[in-house]
Amino acid sequence: MIRRFGLFLIRYLDGFLLTVLCATMLLGLFVLYSASAQNFDRVINQFISIVVALAIMWAVANLPPQHLMRFAWPAYVAGLLLLVSVALFGEVSHGARRWLHIGVTRIQPSELMKVAVPLMLAWYFEKRERSMKLSDFAVAAVLLLVPVALIAKQPDLGTALLIAASGFYVLFLAGIGWKVITALTAVAAALAPVAWSLLHDYQQQRILTLLDPSQDPLGAGYHTIQSTIALGSGGLIGKGWLQGTQAHLDFLPERHTDFIFAVYGEEFGLFGILVLLLLYLLIVARGLYIAANAPSLFGRLVAGSITLTFGTYAFVNMGMVSGILPVVGVPLPLISFGGTSMVTLLLGFGVVMSVATHRRLVKQ
Amino acid sequence: MTRGTELRNHQRELYYFRVRLTVAGSLALFLFLLLLSRFVYVQIVQHDHYMTLAEQNRISIVPILPNRGLILDRNGAVLAHNYTAFTLEMTPSKLDNLEQTINDLAALIEITPKDRKRFKKLLEESHNFESLPIRTRLNDVEIARFAANRYRFPGVEIKARLFRHYPLGQIASHMVGYIGRINDADLDRLEASGDLANYRGSDHIGKAGLEQSYEKELHGTTGFEQVETDAGGRAVRTLSRTPPTSGNNLTLHADLKLQQVAEQAFGNFRGALVAIEPKTGGVLAYLSKPGFDTNLFVDGIDPQNWDLLNNSPDKPMVNRAMHGQYPPGSTFKPFMALAGLELNKRTPSYGINDPGFYSLPGSSHRYRDWKAGGHGFVDLHKSLVISCDTYYYGLAVDLGIDNIFNFISHFGFGKKTGIDIEGERTGLLPSVEWKLKRFKQKWYVGDTVSVGIGQGYNLATPLQLAVATATIANSGTQMRPLLVRQIENSKTNVITPRPAETISILPIKPENMVLVRNALVDVTRPGGTAARASAGAPYAMAGKTGTAQVVGMKQGEKYVESRVAERHRDHALFIAYAPADDPKIAIAVLVENGGHGGSTAAPIARAVFDYYLLGKLPVRPVTDAADESEHD
Repeated sequence: MIRRFGLFLIRYLDGFLLTVLCATMLLGLFVLYSASAQNFDRVINQFISIVVALAIMWAVANLPPQHLMRFAWPAYVAGLLLLVSVALFGEVSHGARRWLHIGVTRIQPSELMKVAVPLMLAWYFEKRERSMKLSDFAVAAVLLLVPVALIAKQPDLGTALLIAASGFYVLFLAGIGWKVITALTAVAAALAPVAWSLLHDYQQQRILTLLDPSQDPLGAGYHTIQSTIALGSGGLIGKGWLQGTQAHLDFLPERHTDFIFAVYGEEFGLFGILVLLLLYLLIVARGLYIAANAPSLFGRLVAGSITLTFGTYAFVNMGMVSGILPVVGVPLPLISFGGTSMVTLLLGFGVVMSVATHRRLVKQ
Repeated sequence: MTRGTELRNHQRELYYFRVRLTVAGSLALFLFLLLLSRFVYVQIVQHDHYMTLAEQNRISIVPILPNRGLILDRNGAVLAHNYTAFTLEMTPSKLDNLEQTINDLAALIEITPKDRKRFKKLLEESHNFESLPIRTRLNDVEIARFAANRYRFPGVEIKARLFRHYPLGQIASHMVGYIGRINDADLDRLEASGDLANYRGSDHIGKAGLEQSYEKELHGTTGFEQVETDAGGRAVRTLSRTPPTSGNNLTLHADLKLQQVAEQAFGNFRGALVAIEPKTGGVLAYLSKPGFDTNLFVDGIDPQNWDLLNNSPDKPMVNRAMHGQYPPGSTFKPFMALAGLELNKRTPSYGINDPGFYSLPGSSHRYRDWKAGGHGFVDLHKSLVISCDTYYYGLAVDLGIDNIFNFISHFGFGKKTGIDIEGERTGLLPSVEWKLKRFKQKWYVGDTVSVGIGQGYNLATPLQLAVATATIANSGTQMRPLLVRQIENSKTNVITPRPAETISILPIKPENMVLVRNALVDVTRPGGTAARASAGAPYAMAGKTGTAQVVGMKQGEKYVESRVAERHRDHALFIAYAPADDPKIAIAVLVENGGHGGSTAAPIARAVFDYYLLGKLPVRPVTDAADESEHD
């Protein structure tokens, strides 16, 4: 009985992926304890989020990919509608319209799109598998760009770019021609000045500040300067857990959310960072392995895209904290405080696990 | 389409997919390696640099202010000291709405319109990021009330601060001076002298008097505390501490009681008094009347009081003793007499028959003696005792302006005395050169005539007169006037006396000096111009009265005191020393619009002498009983 229940629990989970994910999240809890000035309540809070997210992951993983495909377009359409509602009735917080009030709670529809967009595009290509044409890619591009534009308008440039990236990964893996990619790159380069002029002042400022943070040390450059100091002063072995002066004396802004990596780097040094990079690489490698061996096009595309997007998140956050990318509001995956991002990430990995574990059944 | 081709297609698709997946995976790996290289650079290569930055972030140096040195009189009575009090301070740059914050504060703690005006003035004079006091001397209730509401007022805080206090306010105001808030000019000076570091955290600096000139001694050395701070600048813990060294204490030559006696003796008159110990040059009393309450300046004076002080016709802010320049009048005559004797233009026995006026050869213009009809036969001794003008008109012409200038400048006229506070003026001892430069005119003999009686272009400060008098009292040895007698090192308690400094020893023949000194004694004896003031003194006084014209009299016009507006009356002067045979104190008294030296200035000197030599306090203001019976 107990064995059967145990089997029921782990049957559709990927053991390797689950182990690495849990190890990373556990590490994250320790860092969070330090980053939130030893606020144990916050750690408990995060732990609850993790448990909820794991449950959702488990549930998603138990659904076979064919079932998940059915959710693709309803989720996408719902997400689009929500984004439109946000644009019309959304709540403004920190100068951006990102939140929508639904009864007792408020949601950030752009989070939903992080999963809905890859699902939708993968579903679309699956349907067109037998006769893929250039026009299919054009349709897919439109499906991608509509939500991206809506999110960019909020404005939430970071999320918009990451969703665009997740969509692009689907297109790329689905086999969009190299010529098209080259052409698109050229067009993007040509349109860069136009895009620049469409950016908000603060967004332009962030990019300018990246080029020279000392230009505005107390304003836009403050985050980057202080986080780089934190990392640099951490050195090879770090200052030790709970010993980071930059973190504990309040020099680091947003240190339990977007800049938690600076706390980690300060307290655990380059060795600690190597461990984290390794964990992330293992997750990415496992995800790509699952994608490579997925039985259906939908499975391959969705698993590949979600995995690569995860890697992108990690890269963008660490790049921003170490001062080589502009400051965009991207949390460090699995580590930063925040329930929404945790749920979205593990939901994605639930899909990946579903792809991984329902393979044999399909073959049968 | 067969099943086989479909499978082949499927295999080919899978192959392409895996190629693409490998490309994407490699890109991800590459980007992670890129990050890693960045981390290696920041954490290994640049580690020392960022470590330093982190330490600088973390550790801030907090200055600890030293106690300012005390200023004490010769008996240890306090003229300036410090006390701790709480102030309510605001940093304008941290406030969104200054006016609103003040209004909100006023609901908790009394803030008077005067406080507001004073704060506004401070605001104009200082930088936005400085913490400025809106209220000083908070009481316990006020502190408690603010503390309870503190969360409502970011940028406002209560600070414990040392306050400078001058217990005597007005009485020694021009001598002690005051401190005030450091302004941009002070900062420039401090930077130029390299003392800026020692003033980190200091808000105040000496602005006038001893507080200004002994700033280096009084300020002390600022201590430092290395404090770990958070990003908000709040101190978390102390890492190390270098204690401050208090400023050194000054002990003056001045006797506070003597100063008070002098101040009282003036009654309602304006004027100045400087008393000097002839042998040392030590300044025993230094008074400029009226004074002002120096405490008003310590935390920035409010505009109302400022206007009051500046616009008062009594000009309380003017340091008359060394900034006021007055014609020395007849107090100039003893020096003229010495010049006549030393330069062999006069002998003791030589005399004139005084008709009551003097005329230059070949001119009908009459330079009148103060006494119509004249004094009859007048020799050198009598010329001083009765203050004969005619004698000195002739002497001046016989000496010539060059001789007068050269000889008399040795007594310190026309140049600074070198007293140890700043702001001294030179007075004016006229010369041919000076007149050419000033008026582009040549010198006329007629100019020389009035110089002989201390009028004309002549100007001297009361301080200069006191120094010159002390020089006669000291038989020609001129000492530098000094206020500070000794400096006590606050750390070691070692007392370093400030040594007396001889400016010069005038080569005056002793017999000539004796002649003049004897005459000055007779000035205070019956028949002399200051006889009444010295009546009944158990010690011998020597002195010389003088009168300085405020409004020029036309030829032939007679000065009648009762007809002249109070502000246009003559200034009364008196220089003196006592005891005459072994002088312990020399003095110069100037009473603005006091009329005659003998009746208003001399009694003040007498009161000071009585207290200093006999310990006797005056019964009542001495100048109230001025009468018309004596003349200059």
